[in-house]
Amino acid sequence: MDYFKLDIDQLHSALVSGELTAADLTAQTLAGIRTVDPEIEAFLALNPEAEKTAGARDAQGIDANQALSGIPVAIKDNIVTKGLTTTAASKMLANFVPIYDATVVEKLAAAGAINVGKLNMDEFAMGSSTENSAFKVTKNAWDHRRVPGGSSGGSAAAVASGQVLVALGTDTGGSIRQPAAFNGIVGVKPTYGRVSRWGLIAFGSSLDAIGTLSRSVKDSAHVLNVIAGHDDKDATSADQPVPDFTAKIGQSIKGMKIALPEEYLGEGVDPQIAAAIRAAAEQFRALGATVDTVSLPHTKYAVPAYYIIASSEASSNLQRFDGIRYGFRAKDVQNLTDVYVRSRSEGFGPEVKRRIMLGTFSLSAGFYDAYFKKAAQVRTLITDDFNQIFADYDLIMGPTTPTVAFKIGEKVTDPLTMYMNDILTIPVNLAGLPAASIPAGFVDGMPVGLQLIAKHFDEATIYQAADAFEGQNDYLDQIPGGAR
Amino acid sequence: MISKESVAHVAELARLSFSEAELQQYTAQMDDILTMVEKLEAVDTTGVEPTTQSIHLQNVMRADKAVNDTNTEELFKNVPTHKGTLIQVPAIIDKEED
Amino acid sequence: MNFETTIGLEVHVELKTQSKMFSPSPVSYGAEPNTMTNVIDWGFPGVLPSINKGAYSYGIMVALALHANITEFTHFDRKNYFYPDNPKAYQITQAEQPLATNGWVEIEVDGQKKKIGIAELHVEEDAGKNQHEPDGYSYVDLNRQGTPLVEIVSKPDIASPEEAYQYLEQLRQIVQFTGASDVKMEEGSMRVDTNLSVAPIGSDQWGTKTEIKNLNSFNHVRDGLAYEQKRQQEVLRAGGEIRQETRRWDVDKKETILMRVKEGADDYRYFPEPDLPPVHVTQAWIADVQATLPEAPAQRRARYVNDWGIPEYDAGVLTNTLEMANFFEATVAAGAEAKQASNWLMGEVSGYLNSEHLELKDVALTPAHLAGMINLIQDGTISSKIAKKVFQEIIKNDTEPKAWVEAKGMVQLSDPAVLTPIVTEILDNNQQSIDDFKAGKDRAIGFLVGNIMKQTRGKANPKVVNQILMTEIKKR
Ligand SMILES: [Mg+2]
Ligand SMILES: [Zn+2]
Repeated sequence: MDYFKLDIDQLHSALVSGELTAADLTAQTLAGIRTVDPEIEAFLALNPEAEKTAGARDAQGIDANQALSGIPVAIKDNIVTKGLTTTAASKMLANFVPIYDATVVEKLAAAGAINVGKLNMDEFAMGSSTENSAFKVTKNAWDHRRVPGGSSGGSAAAVASGQVLVALGTDTGGSIRQPAAFNGIVGVKPTYGRVSRWGLIAFGSSLDAIGTLSRSVKDSAHVLNVIAGHDDKDATSADQPVPDFTAKIGQSIKGMKIALPEEYLGEGVDPQIAAAIRAAAEQFRALGATVDTVSLPHTKYAVPAYYIIASSEASSNLQRFDGIRYGFRAKDVQNLTDVYVRSRSEGFGPEVKRRIMLGTFSLSAGFYDAYFKKAAQVRTLITDDFNQIFADYDLIMGPTTPTVAFKIGEKVTDPLTMYMNDILTIPVNLAGLPAASIPAGFVDGMPVGLQLIAKHFDEATIYQAADAFEGQNDYLDQIPGGAR
Repeated sequence: MISKESVAHVAELARLSFSEAELQQYTAQMDDILTMVEKLEAVDTTGVEPTTQSIHLQNVMRADKAVNDTNTEELFKNVPTHKGTLIQVPAIIDKEED
Repeated sequence: MNFETTIGLEVHVELKTQSKMFSPSPVSYGAEPNTMTNVIDWGFPGVLPSINKGAYSYGIMVALALHANITEFTHFDRKNYFYPDNPKAYQITQAEQPLATNGWVEIEVDGQKKKIGIAELHVEEDAGKNQHEPDGYSYVDLNRQGTPLVEIVSKPDIASPEEAYQYLEQLRQIVQFTGASDVKMEEGSMRVDTNLSVAPIGSDQWGTKTEIKNLNSFNHVRDGLAYEQKRQQEVLRAGGEIRQETRRWDVDKKETILMRVKEGADDYRYFPEPDLPPVHVTQAWIADVQATLPEAPAQRRARYVNDWGIPEYDAGVLTNTLEMANFFEATVAAGAEAKQASNWLMGEVSGYLNSEHLELKDVALTPAHLAGMINLIQDGTISSKIAKKVFQEIIKNDTEPKAWVEAKGMVQLSDPAVLTPIVTEILDNNQQSIDDFKAGKDRAIGFLVGNIMKQTRGKANPKVVNQILMTEIKKR
């Protein structure tokens, strides 16, 4: 299946007209994965039921009113799939077979989408390069010597290399947007609470969001239409009306007010990337929007605040991996302490242990106020910065990452440099805002991501602006050489 | 500067164990990270409420109605060792219960 | 050296909800292990909690009954610790902003009334159960995991083991009367953690406290604390030092035994639960709960004394359990005279329950049957001697007393038309006794009554017989 020339609307028409069957489409998709993925290494598991499910979909009939009916999708491996091994790329869960489906998985199935498999990631979503997977190192679609970004690196590389049209990812501090930027595709992190977290293996519970990775803007909107909405099983999912996210696609952005924070083009940001973003600002102006330079003064505190908060929550969330009820139990354990300490020490990789250590420390007696509480207060100030801008603007724009994709192995031994890579995506998670990364050109042959941030629950405006920008450029026609 | 002893104590709280070499490495890395984190001290947060949730919901509750639709056998599919419908754990040495 | 004692009690009370605190699986007792659980109770990857509003309302109810101030805005917190019965390795509880603060319970010791303060009440989830077996393994049952609890923490107002006992007794009663919990120590729906310290009288510093575990009844609490109080005093008198330690009450040896010395405080790494939005308890919500709050035992006692003329002591006994108080009121409602109902419940009924080790719910007796029997005595249908037989029947079987005594021919002869001829016949045959009576020998009456009773095979109503006898004897 040559996904580089197709989108969901086209496939949907073909499926509805009977020109194509879901079974054929799925079979071709799996064949494509078998050809391409040995080089990319994006998939951790293929769904053995995929073709059967697609056949059943054909028998049931393609739903003409449901864009995803019969469309193959792939899912990041920290989202549980009943009966299909879900590992979060950790040795801890190497053999874990969930007994229930995540809400997003249920919703995709109900819409008729076909889950073709599970995608590689940084272990428990902790990382920015997918090098922290316990199982394999996924390659950047544009240059196989480079990282695909992370933690949704498998999702981004699978889409960018044309193996699937869309994939689900998760974003706690940029884990959808950064790999989307590194791979030249569209990554959308919805508002916190827009999509149910039921069945998402928790990392930083107050930051985690499930979202989409796709080649086109509209394909993302189609998927978000299906997965969004309140869920009684997730008390933090918002009881907000879900609009049709494709509705504003194609509308003019004339008069739209866009803010460009000076901090997002400052120190540490590759000048060529900054130039690409300024060029994007000019394109928006040409489309009739205004773009003003603004300030988000607390931006530089976002990384430390984030690492405290996310790691604290993670240290608690990951305590359930104790070798007792499921998951890895160390061999020859003699007593309970052994079960805990050896199972956890052998089951978790180094980055996961680093975060658990940082989080446990930040919550421990005597340090809570100076670390966790302080970070939570700074989070308030970062949120206030955004609120002030959004009083006057519809969108915030900036780069997604300070650099293009780096080389495999380049930063893996230096956690701090790796953490700083997320400086432009992290503030959004702290404030719970929706944001996207869309392709905005190339630097040294590697894709550059443009980040668009909107008010809470205003994903529709992101889609509107992103689509307008996409229409001005030919990035969709560019196919990664590395994959061919 | 965080000490190796503090790092070892945190490891104990987290039920993790490290070799001497690992402990040294983790201490150095934790120290780097905590130095980065210390930047937060420069922010005046007097009177600032902490944010622990980013969208402000309240009273999201469920009615008191029991549902028992889980197959007990399914729950045991991933259990390393069990006896009947009890989860088996190598002996608890400290029998103290919290 | 003289000492003063300070006792702290933390009481956990299981709430009688249908479903668990943060998961919809059923609250149960005594079911097959792990059959009352779901993926949330097991802490499976990806699961999330949801707040049971009914449980929170029960919590508010208990807090109101204990005169506490309900916290308007609260959030839940995570208390982190590893243990097999704690599947997430954290307990969802309220650490920073408890459900309610500043309540109190009034106790009476040696005729002195005293208010014991309650520092706070918080809502949390119960843990599962570990059982330790000699095969070198422990076994985990998560049925109890997630059962809603209210933890009630006393202020340092309790100054003696007897006060602790009275506090627990009052607390149990008050909570039981709300209907929010069964509060049964033996079933674990009420559990007590204790700590005690002693300090020289007048000292401005607290003594070091020890924790005492394995106190499975109020009597154990009293005995364990008394032992520990004495032990600490003796250690201090001998110039020793009290260590911060956890001790276990040995029921057989009647002493506390060292379990472990505490080194520093436990580090539970509390932080706000990110998976649950905060709770806002509105005035309307409180009013709703208040409207359904059943009458407290103290109010009931006052009503029994003032409206029904029940002695204060008896009112206390009747309100010892909700079951007894409800039974008493239902018996009165069924037409029994209150004092009689009280006498029977405190006498024969309690005696029977104690000797058979049963509770009211275990016997066949109903308020209607008890009232029926009392009325049969009152209207003279049966004698109090017969009543004992009737009681034995109605406590064991679902028997309507009036129909039963009639069928068994146990009804007294009270009809003067039947009794008068018998009386005159006896008088006719016993002129000597009539003479004796008239000569002032009252004992002669006894002889005559005895003869009448013999004649009627004991069925004659003694009161009626006496009346007729007097009337007839005067005629002679
Ligand atoms: Mg507690
Ligand atoms: Zn407790």
